[in-house]
Amino acid sequence: MSALYDEIQEVRKRYPPGTRSAVLPALRLAQERYGWLSREAIEEVADALELTPAYCFSVASFYDMFHLEPVGRHTVEVCTNVCCGLLGAQQVLEAFEQELGVAPGETTPDGEITLRAVECLGGCSTPTIVAIDHRYRQSVTPADVPTILEELRNGGD
Amino acid sequence: MAATRVTVADGPALVLAGYEGEPLRSLASYQAAGGYEQLAQARAQDPQQVIGEIIESNLRGRGGAFFPTGRKASFIPTPDKIAKPIYITVNADESEPGTFKDREIMLKVPHRLIEGCLIAAHAIQSRNVYIYIRGEYLAEWESLQGALDEARAAGILGEVDIVIHRGAGAYICGEETALLESLEGKRGQPRSKPPFPAISGVYASPTLINNVESITTIPAVLATGPAEYAKIGAPPDSTGTRLFCLSGNVERPGVYEAPHGITARHLIYDIGGGVPDGRELKAVMMGGSSFPVMTPGDLDTALDANSLGQKGYFIGSGVVTVIDDRSCIVQFALRVAQFYMHESCGKCTPCRVGTRWLVQILRAVENGTAQERDLELLLDVCDRIIGKCLCVLGDSAAMPVASCVTKFREEFRAHLAQGGCPFGGDSTLDHLFAPVDQHAHTPVAQEALS
Ligand SMILES: Cc1cc2nc3c(=O)[nH]c(=O)nc-3n(C[C@H](O)[C@H](O)[C@H](O)COP(=O)(O)O)c2cc1C
Ligand code: SF4
Ligand code: FES
Repeated sequence: MSALYDEIQEVRKRYPPGTRSAVLPALRLAQERYGWLSREAIEEVADALELTPAYCFSVASFYDMFHLEPVGRHTVEVCTNVCCGLLGAQQVLEAFEQELGVAPGETTPDGEITLRAVECLGGCSTPTIVAIDHRYRQSVTPADVPTILEELRNGGD
Repeated sequence: MAATRVTVADGPALVLAGYEGEPLRSLASYQAAGGYEQLAQARAQDPQQVIGEIIESNLRGRGGAFFPTGRKASFIPTPDKIAKPIYITVNADESEPGTFKDREIMLKVPHRLIEGCLIAAHAIQSRNVYIYIRGEYLAEWESLQGALDEARAAGILGEVDIVIHRGAGAYICGEETALLESLEGKRGQPRSKPPFPAISGVYASPTLINNVESITTIPAVLATGPAEYAKIGAPPDSTGTRLFCLSGNVERPGVYEAPHGITARHLIYDIGGGVPDGRELKAVMMGGSSFPVMTPGDLDTALDANSLGQKGYFIGSGVVTVIDDRSCIVQFALRVAQFYMHESCGKCTPCRVGTRWLVQILRAVENGTAQERDLELLLDVCDRIIGKCLCVLGDSAAMPVASCVTKFREEFRAHLAQGGCPFGGDSTLDHLFAPVDQHAHTPVAQEALS
């Protein structure tokens, strides 16, 4: 059996037998491994949990963090809820659009970076919050955008 | 990169006790600040007595609904009355726009949250605790998981097991029954009540659900003494301190632990340094984006549940977001409505359809293509949502919108009269992108549309 299968069995032990609580952590593990939840990935999760792929797909499709289409190797997520909006989130988002040449929801043609706008990330006192591969950057301004992307392209593996 | 300001103002440090700029992440640092002493004392007491002390303190829920924490615990059947495990689920989903306090608890005093969980577990005789943390919180999860591992290794958990369960991005999973569904590995759609979680919660077993801050306050209540705690703040109903989340157009935004009952003006102007750049305060997102907006005439209202309630406001999750006069209120209402449209789980019609209508009408107002009667239509749609949905998310969409229309009707009218936004593109919230519009760009949607 695959390494993912073993990891999922490990996670299942945290929850009472016979429950489906491991679905979210299992989908997360699959996404961490493959980058997104392809049909095959969902089937693998379903197999490991003894559930149907349709069930796992229905759960995955409910949650914003699960990607049901390919995404870039890196994700840039800009909060555009009101607290960040009041202090320039739109300008930050536009700076990323400009630098990357893509609209929110899209991936750069080289498959490197997906840009997304997201709802409040819980960092409202240091706007704008941008999550770079899920790490929060606080107080981001449009001027920071080129440096952030340069770091991401050079440093990130 | 500025760090979040996390400070104690105007009163005792309770939730943040011992935190003076350095996070109390290690077990040793927390114990040096008196950590886990309250747990030891509580464990020496009869469980009922611990519940009694929480009731006496009149601690109330910090997650939004302000329900008395001790009373909620007292609804949980004792193990001799029910042949099922008893669960605690801690709500760390923190997704209400403007709320960023539970995160600071998990980063700064994670052990106090764990201590609170263990005291609550003793009080209701539970051995199973889940902490449901929003999926986006990575550093917060690492901090909490680290503290938990250390506490477990030190044998502090005893017979109690604490599992941190990570969500995957859905505001609705903060609603307590949606949280339970999500924890059970399902789509996060709210359940109808009754049965209430105290009787049939996770895995159809008795379940106590509390917010992170509520649970973290329990050790502070016991350390202070319930009678003393009940004198802090605005007794008898709004006792103790809370972590206010100050953000928006304000000089010194941050998390401030302060007693209930300070006024909004004091928090914004004295503690927060007021509105920058010589601008005027126009409105306050009070309690969270789910509630009616506060207008400047009410700034002297004390931030406690009763004083706010008398004026039609809510304390919510302690949010105070300052909106200055550079912002168009229609754009604000639109962006708030777009959030709820995006987050509606779709289970009931008034919310699923109503949130879309709100967005469409507000967009027409903003573009100047709406008519005067559309303002009545907006209020009518709100009216058909409020109180008619399965969970409170519907009301949460309608209340802020209705409050903007009624309190800022002249500004709405100006859009109609001028055929567009009077700010002419200069509002801070102009064309603010909403994730709900992003799905049009995804390959699946493009394929479906082409
Ligand atoms: C749409 C919606 C979202 C909510 N989100 C949260 C949340 O993120 N965190 C939270 O503690 N409570 C949230 N609540 C409130 C919970 O349903 C529940 O009242 C709370 O967790 C109970 O804990 P408390 O009594 O300690 O406040 C939300 C409620 C609704 C209707
Ligand atoms: S009110 Fe909205 S979020 Fe709540 S159950 Fe109904 S559709 Fe779902
Ligand atoms: S509004 Fe951007 S983090 Fe809350």
